[in-house]
Amino acid sequence: MINALERLGRSVLDTTGRFGRGHLFLFRTLLRFFGIFKRPSLLVQQLFSSGVLTLSIILVSGLFVGMVLGLQGYNNLVGFGAEESLGVVVSLALVRELAPVLTGLLFAGRAGSAMTAEIGLMKATEQLAGLEMMAVDPYERVFLPRLLAGIIALPCLAAMFAAVGILGGHLVGVELLGVDSGAYWSQMQASVNFTNDVVSGLIKAVVFGVVVSWIAIFEGTDCVPTSEGVSRATTRTVVSSALAILALDFVLTAVMF
Amino acid sequence: MSRFAEIMVGLFMVLFLAAMFILAMKVSNLNNFGGNDGFEVTASFENIGGLKVRSLVSAGGVKVGRVSAISYDSETFKANVTLNIEKEYAGFPIDTSASIYTAGLLGEQYIGLEPGAEEEFLEDGGEITLTQSAVVLERLISQVLFNRSGD
Repeated sequence: MINALERLGRSVLDTTGRFGRGHLFLFRTLLRFFGIFKRPSLLVQQLFSSGVLTLSIILVSGLFVGMVLGLQGYNNLVGFGAEESLGVVVSLALVRELAPVLTGLLFAGRAGSAMTAEIGLMKATEQLAGLEMMAVDPYERVFLPRLLAGIIALPCLAAMFAAVGILGGHLVGVELLGVDSGAYWSQMQASVNFTNDVVSGLIKAVVFGVVVSWIAIFEGTDCVPTSEGVSRATTRTVVSSALAILALDFVLTAVMF
Repeated sequence: MSRFAEIMVGLFMVLFLAAMFILAMKVSNLNNFGGNDGFEVTASFENIGGLKVRSLVSAGGVKVGRVSAISYDSETFKANVTLNIEKEYAGFPIDTSASIYTAGLLGEQYIGLEPGAEEEFLEDGGEITLTQSAVVLERLISQVLFNRSGD
């Protein structure tokens, strides 16, 4: 009985402690924000490994998601004789919700897990301690470029996801199922607002970018420095980023639209 | 490797800009935002039905502007609608009438302008006095039902 209580108390303290460490970590990293101007090439390198290398999976899944939306939307709308509104359905669903959320989830799986594994391994092989020994600040040199790269890359990827998805919807709806191309675009233009829909979607993506790369980097630094610890931290990154994205998406949607 | 990474990141950003261009120009109505340099006239209606801000204003079926504001006047008990008409379509006579129509049976509502015959033109800040309210479907149906029961 006492043992169970003790274990419960310890796990609550552990979780709260991790939460606090995570926020302190983010705060410490952001404090060094101006350090990025000393070595912009580090940011470019990280943009390459988290942004460019994620591009292919984003483009392919965006295309398929758009095609599925086109097919499903057409099948449902044609019952009301409203298949002309297919463009509105596809574009609003993509721009507002699917593009930021799915890009965030894919980014967490593709780039977030890689970030955690990389930093976790740096910790396990004592490279981070080595950097500190050489008076190189790991926050400025290792963590900050990764965080900023995630924040920049995710909205870019989300915009591409939405654009490719809308083209995919066009491909299925217009080319295959025969919706009028003019109606597809003009109804879309009449109901999608740039600031309310497109920019809000991108703001969502920025928030997801902060959350995913923050979780990924923090899990890396906070892992138990063994091979098992790194693998656990990688799993935790993907699971908690996915949960955080879906929960935050609800909050942001409730606030924005 | 670093040079390759730089080129690929540059390409990545170009793709992002292309996607933003598609989203701004083809998907949303950013290219219609230039309508702000038009002139504004007001019209008050008994009932505007489902008219919204940014609804279409058309004359002879051609888009000439958009609804820029809707408000309720508690003194006249009418809805005041501000229409933003594009500059190139200036020159509506002052006895132009404005009616609220529905596109299709259940479609969006829009304002149709029918030019009058006066020599003087509507100017910025002018008012359209001849207005016709929206047709409210429920009222129409209840009228038909009452007429039937009267027979």
